[in-house]
Amino acid sequence: MPMLEIQGLNKAFGGLRAINGLELHVDEGEVVSVIGPNGAGKTTFFNLVTGMETPDEGSIVFDGQDVVGLRPNQILKLGMARTFQNVRLFPAMTVLENVMVGQHSRTKAGLFGAVFKTPSQRREEVEIEERAKEVLSFFGTRLAGYRHDQLSMVLSYANRRRLEIARAMATGPRLLLLDEPTAGMNPRETIELTELIGRLRSEKGYTIVLIEHDMQVVRNVSDRVVVLDHGVKLTEGSYDEVSSNEKVIEAYLGRPAELGA
Amino acid sequence: MVLVAATGMVATFQPRLVIDPIVPLGILFLYLLAFAFGWMAGQPPATLEGYEPATAGSRNVLAGALAGLLGGLCLGLLLIAITVFDLRGVFINMSPELAEILGFGLPVAAAVFVIAVASAFMGALGAGVHLLSRRVRRALIGALTAVIVFSVLTDLFGQLFAGLSLEPVIDFLYTGRGGALTIIGSVVIFGAFIVLFWWMEGRDSTLRQRVQAMPKGQRSRWQIGAALIILVILYFVPRIMGPFVSQILVTAGIYLLMALGLNIVVGYAGLLDLGYVAFFAVGAYTTAILTSPQSPAFNPEISVLASLPFVMVAAAIAGILVATPVIRMRGDYLAIVTLGFGEIARILLNSEWLAPVFGGAQGITNIPDLQIGPLTFSTPQDYFYPIFLFVLLAAYVTFALQKSRWGRAWMAMREDESVAEAMGVNIVTAKLSAFVVGAILASFGGSLFAAQIGSVFPHTFDIVVSITVLVIIIVGGMGSVPGVTLGALVLIVLPNLLREFSEYQFLFYGVLLIVMMLKRPEGFIPSKRRAQELHTEELSQDAWLEIYGEKGQAEQVPEGAV
Repeated sequence: MPMLEIQGLNKAFGGLRAINGLELHVDEGEVVSVIGPNGAGKTTFFNLVTGMETPDEGSIVFDGQDVVGLRPNQILKLGMARTFQNVRLFPAMTVLENVMVGQHSRTKAGLFGAVFKTPSQRREEVEIEERAKEVLSFFGTRLAGYRHDQLSMVLSYANRRRLEIARAMATGPRLLLLDEPTAGMNPRETIELTELIGRLRSEKGYTIVLIEHDMQVVRNVSDRVVVLDHGVKLTEGSYDEVSSNEKVIEAYLGRPAELGA
Repeated sequence: MVLVAATGMVATFQPRLVIDPIVPLGILFLYLLAFAFGWMAGQPPATLEGYEPATAGSRNVLAGALAGLLGGLCLGLLLIAITVFDLRGVFINMSPELAEILGFGLPVAAAVFVIAVASAFMGALGAGVHLLSRRVRRALIGALTAVIVFSVLTDLFGQLFAGLSLEPVIDFLYTGRGGALTIIGSVVIFGAFIVLFWWMEGRDSTLRQRVQAMPKGQRSRWQIGAALIILVILYFVPRIMGPFVSQILVTAGIYLLMALGLNIVVGYAGLLDLGYVAFFAVGAYTTAILTSPQSPAFNPEISVLASLPFVMVAAAIAGILVATPVIRMRGDYLAIVTLGFGEIARILLNSEWLAPVFGGAQGITNIPDLQIGPLTFSTPQDYFYPIFLFVLLAAYVTFALQKSRWGRAWMAMREDESVAEAMGVNIVTAKLSAFVVGAILASFGGSLFAAQIGSVFPHTFDIVVSITVLVIIIVGGMGSVPGVTLGALVLIVLPNLLREFSEYQFLFYGVLLIVMMLKRPEGFIPSKRRAQELHTEELSQDAWLEIYGEKGQAEQVPEGAV
């Protein structure tokens, strides 16, 4: 049974059909890239899956449970976490706090415990902090040490993207949805991030869906590529299959020469 | 200056002498403004990295003099206008007496000349201050301020010295209890403070450095020691200062309690609540109904202390009632709705319809005093202690929550509600809990207020209370407990001590707010993160671009856009 199964998904904004009859499945342990020209409906697809928007029609089944109609925090708790295309951290909170917030739905200390500092609350607080540090250590020295107490807004652009991934990891997901993780990064940083995505799967065992424009990254990390255009799935398959598909080249990739290496 | 003169401040302040008999307050205030103009005009430009720091010179003085002159000329024009036309029909304060004061009793032409020259002189002085070395400048300005403070707060100092049984000091410094400073007194104060500031220069920061350099154990011992000393001083404050000052402190304490509560709602959770007074009213009325034999609805009576758990429950219910309809609202909409709630509460309390419960416009009287065991609290001095205790409690709750799962959830919600939700924060419970915690703190304030005053009336719970509390946390520093405390002291204690100028209280509030927003938008003592948030642009241009560029982008791009 696939981990995520989407059937007959429809979403319209006024007259614009952002998602039109989308069918998609993601198996456990896969890395699936979603590509498509601007306005193809990629981010809307993420918003629908994570509950930030409600679909007009269709079903989204995660782990055997229909998530349509659930609040984003409920869906997150089922084990699906995302990052955002235009990095949306909590700017006036520290790096560590950003990651600690990610664990909100996995912890349960009540207001009473927080005010009176009950033993269980203290224990949980220590665990939250340790887990946050552990998640950050996944990024090597990038987000370690003194960076823990820096406000997230002073981070460099690439580090903000890393921190967003860390925050998503801290929520304890099984499926990670990464929205253009390499947007705005320089080539070196892009290579680093490509490796990181590989490690996310091999070391942490996440299933990953990512939206990506950089074809190098798509080729290097994905098991399967799904092409969207105008809310419709054009085709799917391995990178080589997709990149040689006439329709895709026409709609999105332009001339074959642009496929690059 | 014209504005100040026109509002009648000068004429009102004139009879009040700062130093008997030579310096009246009205004129001093006016020319202090010229001084301030000069100071601003003569300020050397900010030093940029890599440039020679600008040295202050005659040019700065000239600029100051010009600024003063400009102010003086405007004032002169006003004087001419008053003398030539009768403006009283339009501006009620522009009386011949004002002309008399402004012109020093001289004929108009001479008076205008004198005013212009005097203002220019004060302006030049203000600018000239920048020429002095830092140490001299600080000592001079500090000592001058001290003289003015001693004079303006004559009641406070009179009370202080009387409380310490130092009546001779009063006779020496002042022309009588509540009077102006004597010439000798002001000279002594000026001299003493010059010496003090001269000596202090550099020492305050070395002390701080030394404390910071201490090993952790020693430092915390020092801090505990300092806290104990402060506690002991606070213990004696109401005894020494007497009922008048104690009453002011009690009022400030109640406002502080509310401000700490609102700080959680606005400062942490980012929910702008303009109807906060409603929770204060809930606390006051719950106590009143449960304890007063005059309360129409509820008998038998219980003690004030026993009413506190009920107050808590009532406030929590009120918090949930207000929060439920606004769960899906953000920003401005939320503010407007809560504003409505505040008014609804007041009108309900005032209504004939609910008069059988709340007593209508007559309110509820005969609320007994707070009793804890054998102790009965009746005077303002007595109430200082329980209120102080509750403020400590509120401060503790604030700190405890800030470093908890809930505090983080609130902050995340403040930063970006939809992302917080996507990261697992349950927005519904987060909002409800913020409102409930805020409501409970405010209701304790209300409860103590009712017990202390002994009666509650609907008109007390006016929108102005909500606004004042909000101003306290904005001016003090949102999200920072010391900041909010200082804000309450400045905005509640000062106006009450300066009751003789109460006519202009809100004018000063307004000026203070404008100046604060321009010069120090993060408040007096901001929380660290907020200071950084508002001043990153000064740290680096890039950061500025990124923050504001991104914020703008995030707002413009609708959720659905790809």
